[in-house]
Amino acid sequence: MKVAVLRFPGTNCEFDTQYAFEKLGHTTELVWHEDKSLSNDIDLVVVPGGFSYGDYLRSGSIARFSPIMKAVESYANSGGKVLGICNGFQILTETGLLPGALKRNNNLHFISKHQNLCVINSDNAFLNKCDNGEVLNVPIAHADGNYYIDEDGFKELEANGQILLRYCDEKGEPVVVNGSVTSIAGVCNKAKNVFGLMPHPERALEEILGSEDGIKMLQGFEV
Amino acid sequence: MTAVVNVFLKEGVLDPQGKAAHHALDSLNFKGVEDVRIGKQIVLKLNTQDKTEAEAEVKEMCETLLANTVIEDYTIEIN
Repeated sequence: MKVAVLRFPGTNCEFDTQYAFEKLGHTTELVWHEDKSLSNDIDLVVVPGGFSYGDYLRSGSIARFSPIMKAVESYANSGGKVLGICNGFQILTETGLLPGALKRNNNLHFISKHQNLCVINSDNAFLNKCDNGEVLNVPIAHADGNYYIDEDGFKELEANGQILLRYCDEKGEPVVVNGSVTSIAGVCNKAKNVFGLMPHPERALEEILGSEDGIKMLQGFEV
Repeated sequence: MTAVVNVFLKEGVLDPQGKAAHHALDSLNFKGVEDVRIGKQIVLKLNTQDKTEAEAEVKEMCETLLANTVIEDYTIEIN
């Protein structure tokens, strides 16, 4: 599998993301935000975490207009798989490729810790190596992770199986971490080819560093 | 011409910063506050003299970039 990893001014998880996919045996290439096209032979685009454009105005709001994002939009609209992690998730909601928006955490803190996540829908190209109800331990590190969507939008997410992950305790019961609507930690689009989550699976690859649960998440993209 | 854009979280969307400031005011014994909303103000200097044109253009700027209409409302004042 060949993975394109985007890089904006202020991105800081691009090397971790490359490391993760290369550890799983894939090839990766960094793509600069000023590039206007993606390589023809890629299987996945990852919009990695960080603080693109210093989070100015709103997290992800400036990066969304980078030249490369036009290419990502048309790649996604023709069925290509896209994964947004943390700031990448914020960029994808700003772009409109994913529904909803990410607000400041309810407690106004930057939250950085390991967090249990409950798999809500595994019937997709991302979480298919996980089971529904499975609890995963993955780091989170964000200030704007408070997922908001209006009631109609939420009903649609639920009806279409677009809720991927919720913050939970070790038994899988939802917990309030940042104020997200029903503790949502990740969602996908209706066509199930664009995925976004606040937690960092690329930081959960080695037991010695606290968890290797990120491996089976990222392995989901292997066909 | 100057355009002043105010961007606030929509009614019904919880404003964590407003809530924290409200709580702090309450602790400081300012008891008469019913609600606090914190937004941002964006001031634009425009090179047009046509108010209608300015309004239309700033509205488009708000819809495109300055506000995220999923969670935010905005007001425009042209001076």
